[in-house]
Amino acid sequence: MGNTSSMLTQYDIEEVQVHCNHTFSQQEIVSLYQRFCQLDRSNGGFISADEFLSVPEFAVNPLSQRLLRMLYGLNFKEFVAFLSAFSPRASLHQKIEFIFKVYDSDSNGKVTFNDMLDVLRDLTGHFISEQEREQVLTDVLEEAGYTKDSLIVLADFVKVLGNSDLKLEVEVPVD
Amino acid sequence: MKLFGLSSKKRIKPPKPESESKRQPHQQISLSNDVVDCDIAKTTTATMTSPGKLKSSCSELDLDRPNIEDYLPSGSFHEPRGKLRLRDLLDISPTLTEAAGAIVDDSFTRCFKSNSPEPWNWNIYLFPLWCFGVVFRYFILFPVRVLVLTIGWIIFLSSFIPVHLLLKGHDKLRKKLERCLVELICSFFVASWTGVVKYHGPRPSMRPKQVFVANHTSMIDFIVLEQMTAFAVIMQKHPGWVGLLQSTILESVGCIWFNRSEAKDREIVAKKLRDHVLGTDNNPLLIFPEGTCVNNHYTVMFKKGAFELGCTVCPVAIKYNKIFVDAFWNSRKQSFTTHLLQLMTSWAVVCDVWYLEPQTLKPGETAIEFAERVRDIISVRAGLKKVPWDGYLKYSRPSPKHRERKQQSFAEYVLQRLEEK
Repeated sequence: MGNTSSMLTQYDIEEVQVHCNHTFSQQEIVSLYQRFCQLDRSNGGFISADEFLSVPEFAVNPLSQRLLRMLYGLNFKEFVAFLSAFSPRASLHQKIEFIFKVYDSDSNGKVTFNDMLDVLRDLTGHFISEQEREQVLTDVLEEAGYTKDSLIVLADFVKVLGNSDLKLEVEVPVD
Repeated sequence: MKLFGLSSKKRIKPPKPESESKRQPHQQISLSNDVVDCDIAKTTTATMTSPGKLKSSCSELDLDRPNIEDYLPSGSFHEPRGKLRLRDLLDISPTLTEAAGAIVDDSFTRCFKSNSPEPWNWNIYLFPLWCFGVVFRYFILFPVRVLVLTIGWIIFLSSFIPVHLLLKGHDKLRKKLERCLVELICSFFVASWTGVVKYHGPRPSMRPKQVFVANHTSMIDFIVLEQMTAFAVIMQKHPGWVGLLQSTILESVGCIWFNRSEAKDREIVAKKLRDHVLGTDNNPLLIFPEGTCVNNHYTVMFKKGAFELGCTVCPVAIKYNKIFVDAFWNSRKQSFTTHLLQLMTSWAVVCDVWYLEPQTLKPGETAIEFAERVRDIISVRAGLKKVPWDGYLKYSRPSPKHRERKQQSFAEYVLQRLEEK
């Protein structure tokens, strides 16, 4: 009759809350912990790629492979921090930073033309030809005042996405 | 509470306790790995595959379903307005939201989640009572039940073997006796977990060209139904003692089994099925079209095999009351033996069985639509929520076609915006 949530003490929860800048309530963290344990079938303390992909809704996501690289080997605390960008309490800046990290595959703080092309390739698959994809991206970049060789940093992302209505929000189910 | 990972347009809420039987208006469902080629052979009574084993099935997405977008989180990118801008390409938030939603919660995993019972005993008044219950259940009830079951087996075997061997010439009589004996041993099984089963509706009768389909929670579904009527059932071949029973006793009531993973088995089974339903003296056929055990809160997609035999389909809805024990057999976590022991050490297994109105294929209806209609009927009666997933996704990954559809919709969006000025 053991309840998994009983394994988290208040200290643990508070520690996780600090780590994710209080973007999740205590109850939400308990919920996330149950989910984490549910997905971590092998009890390894992290969720393997295979375990993530056993969720069909995740497996069919065009960005799943890219996200898996970010999720690789995360323990619970890091897992919550990863999801914190999706909290309604996260700031717009946090959300944009998250998107930036998705683009910045080598995490050097700069997004190149190729990084953007990779994401676009994930999103459109073989429904747009490689050539056309490059053309589209070049055009759009130039229209926004960048060139193909520009290195785009977080500040640029904030400028571009800052005044749009980003809907990066997920509600954690609390029973 | 809400379910994520489903499209924001339509979310399936988890079931409310018991009373829940409101259906969602006409859900068409087909997020299947292989609706097109799924056939009877894939219908099983139980699952028995080790968790890590993943087989890629020959997957084909059924593209003729109308409402699939309601289920698939379809990259619902903002309405086209004006020329494509950098912002539109960089803003990948809808796709990310879907992914995170699926990580946080998803309807598929919910189908196979065994809910641990609420602890009620941590209370000074109730604790002694609970202790007494434990002692009683494990040290009195359990041995008595083992004894009952043993007696049942002795009676069963001592009559079954002679009947089976001696009455070779009198086929009709032998079949009848064997049928009765199988029903008897199943009654002993039900008694061994104090099965409190309420049957509603007319008892199934033996006649050709009809097939019974039921939702599937555990292998005990079969025993519960078999107790009343000796069904012939289609099942997955199991290892161990269950397999031994399958190949000896269950064979005599006309059960058909197969290996989920073997393609050639499917054809053989499909043929056996067709032959079986045509015979007048055969036991009624029972199929669990979900092909895998679901936790009795949800129903996963029905395999269409049972619905294209050209027979009347009689739906059977089974709902377990979890007041004493959760009857869901989580084959990933426990063996069938452990599952049975769990049932035998609990106070009782309480369940309701409804034999519902027989259904026939309507003119112009496809087998898949028919399957969905029957699933609707069963879900409403048993108060289960429908999810668009194929239960076989437990063993294989979804088809890449689902991803491609999302990519296509985004690609179309980009190209469309490109042309606008």
